[in-house]
Amino acid sequence: MNLYDIVFYFFAFVTLASAGVVVFSRNIIYSAFALLFTFFGVAGIYVLLNADFIAVSQILIYVGGILVLMLFGVMLTNKVIDVEMKTGTLQTLPASVLVALIAGALCGIFYVTDWKIVRGVSAPATTTNSLGEMFMTTYSLPFEVASIVLLVALLGAAMIARKDRLPQIKNQK
Amino acid sequence: MLTEFGRVFIFFIIGAIFVAGGLVTAWLVRPQRWYPNKLTSYECGEEPIGDSWVRFNIRFYVVALIFLVFDVEVVFLFPWAVVYQKLGMYAFVEMLIFLAVLLVGYAYVWGKGDLDWDKPEPQIPSVKGKEVTKPQYAEEVTG
Amino acid sequence: MEILISLIKIVIVLFVLLTSVAYIVLLERRVAAAIQNRIGPNRVGWQGLLQPLADVVKLVMKEDIVPRQANKFIHDLAPIISIGVALATFAVIPFGNRIALFGHDIKLQIADVNIGILYILALTSLGVYGVTLSGWSSNSKYSLLGGMRSSAQMISYELAMGLSLIGVIMIAGSLRLDTIVEAQVAWRWNILLQPIGFITFVVSSFAETNRLPFDLPEAEPELVGGYHTEYSGLKFGLFFLAEYANMVTASAIITTVYLGGWQVPFVHSLGLSDVSVSIIQVLGFCFKVGMLIMFFIIIRWTLPRFRYDQLMNIGWKVMLPLAIANLLATGLVILLKWV
Repeated sequence: MNLYDIVFYFFAFVTLASAGVVVFSRNIIYSAFALLFTFFGVAGIYVLLNADFIAVSQILIYVGGILVLMLFGVMLTNKVIDVEMKTGTLQTLPASVLVALIAGALCGIFYVTDWKIVRGVSAPATTTNSLGEMFMTTYSLPFEVASIVLLVALLGAAMIARKDRLPQIKNQK
Repeated sequence: MLTEFGRVFIFFIIGAIFVAGGLVTAWLVRPQRWYPNKLTSYECGEEPIGDSWVRFNIRFYVVALIFLVFDVEVVFLFPWAVVYQKLGMYAFVEMLIFLAVLLVGYAYVWGKGDLDWDKPEPQIPSVKGKEVTKPQYAEEVTG
Repeated sequence: MEILISLIKIVIVLFVLLTSVAYIVLLERRVAAAIQNRIGPNRVGWQGLLQPLADVVKLVMKEDIVPRQANKFIHDLAPIISIGVALATFAVIPFGNRIALFGHDIKLQIADVNIGILYILALTSLGVYGVTLSGWSSNSKYSLLGGMRSSAQMISYELAMGLSLIGVIMIAGSLRLDTIVEAQVAWRWNILLQPIGFITFVVSSFAETNRLPFDLPEAEPELVGGYHTEYSGLKFGLFFLAEYANMVTASAIITTVYLGGWQVPFVHSLGLSDVSVSIIQVLGFCFKVGMLIMFFIIIRWTLPRFRYDQLMNIGWKVMLPLAIANLLATGLVILLKWV
C-alpha cells in the first residue's frame, strides 16, 4: 500500500461516507451540505486519475453552481419551520431488493470485464489541450449540440422560474 | 515524486492546522458566560420577531439558474481558448456558432426581464382601518 | 528533501500572507483616517505598528456567542470555509521565478498546477459557501439578507470574471499561471493587450471580494453587519481575515494575470547576479500587489455604494456583454495576425 493508495482510499472514504450522510440524514440541509464533500471526494479521485480538467470542472459546475442552486432551493423556497423539512425512508423492502440487484449487476460487470491495464504510459501533462483539440475537430458536432442543450436549459429555466407564471404564490403573500 | 496537486493537498492540510490552532487557542482562553438574553438573535435591541428561515424572493433562484447555464458555457470556453492559436479560423467560426446560440438565450432572458432585479412596490400602511393615500404617505416620509 | 522544501515554502507563504493581512487592516485604518482627516490608530507601538497584534489578542479573548436559534454546526463551519478558500487560492500564485539557494533550484510557487486559472475560478466559486451558510445558519434576518445578497452577487460576477480571463488564455495558450507570467516578458503585459478584460476583471474582483462599491452584503446602514452579524470572537476574526486575505489574493491574481506577475522590466540588463535578479522579481511582485491593495483601499473610502438592482444590472448587463465582446475581439485580432 503506497501513498497513492492511501490518498485514493481517503477520497473514496470521504465520497462514500458523505454520500451516506446525504441519503440517511433526516435534515435536508445536512444532506445538501454533505453533498459538498461527496463532490469533493469525486474531484479528488479525478485528480488521482490525472483528469485535471474534469476535476476542476466538477468543482466549478457541481459545487460552485448546482449545489448552490440546491442550497438556495432548500433554504429559501420552503418554510423550514412550518413544513417539516425531514426526509424519511419509504418502501424499504422493494428499494433494498432493487439496490441489491443493481449492486449485483455492477459487481458482475466489474468481475466479468477484461480490464486492460496499460503500464509504462506516462500521463499527459494536462488534458485541457487535447480536450480543446477534440472539441474543435473530432467532436465539433457534439460541441455545437451542447450549446443547443444549454440554450434549451436556459429557456426552460427562465420559463419555469418566471414570476408571472406563479400568481398563486404572489397571492399567498 | 510529489505531484503539483499533492502540494496543493499539503497546503490545504497545513492551512487547516493554522486555522484549527487558532480556534483551539481561542477555545482555551476565552471566557464563556452565557445567559438567555445574550443568546438571542440581534434585532436592534428588540425581541426577535418570529423566525428568519422564511420563504424568500424567487429572484435569487432565477439568478442561480441562469448563472448555472452560463457557468457551463464558460467551462466549455477554456479548452477552446487554450488551443485557439493553433487552430485559428476553424476554431473561431465554431466558437462563433456556439456563442451565437447562447447569445440568443441571453437576449431572450434579457428581453423577458429575467435579468431585471425588481424593485418592490412600496407597501402603503393603513392607520386604524383607514388607508393612507399615496401623496400623504410620501409627504410623511419626506417631510 | 523535496517535501521539506515544499513544507518550508508553504509555512513561509502562510506566515507572510497572514502577517501582511494583519498589517493591511492597520494600513486601511490609517488611510481611512487620513482621508477623513483623522489620526487613526497610533497608540500601540510606534505609529500603531503593534495594533494588529493587540487586535488578534482581543479577538482571541472574546467570548464566542452562538444565537440560541442558530444551527450551531454550520454556524461554526462557515468561517472556516471562508478562510480556507481565501488562503487556498495562494497555493498556485507564482510570486517569483526560480531561485538557486543552498544548492537547490527552488521554484517560487507552491504548486505549479497545469490548470492554475481554472483552480482559481473553482475556489472563487466556493467562496459563496462561507457567506451563504453563515447567513443562513445564524437565523437572523440581517444575516440571511446579507448572505443571500452576497451569494447572488458573487455568482453573477463570477461569469464576467471567467469570461475576461479567456482573452488572456487565448494569448498565452495555456492555463498555467507560470506560462502566463512568462508570456508577459518585458512590457508585453496583459493590461496593455487586454485593457477591457482588465477592467471587467478588476470590477468583478471588487464584487467577488465584497469590497466597496460592491459591499451590499454588509451595507452597515441597512444590514448591520450583514452575514456576520451574529458572529463574535475569533469566528468573526476569521471572516475579517478572510475578507482581507481575499483582497490580497485578488490583487495577486490581477498582478499575475494582467500586470506581468513577477516580471520586472529591464532587470536583466542591469548585469546583476541571478539570485539578486530573483529577489528583485519577488520584490517587484510584492510592490505590484501592494499598489493594488492601496487601490482597493482608496476606492473603498472614496466611492459610495451601489443599490442592489444597480449592482445586478452592472453584473449581468454591462460586465457580461463587455467580457463576451472582449473575447470575440481578441479572437478576431489574433486571427488577423495569424492569417
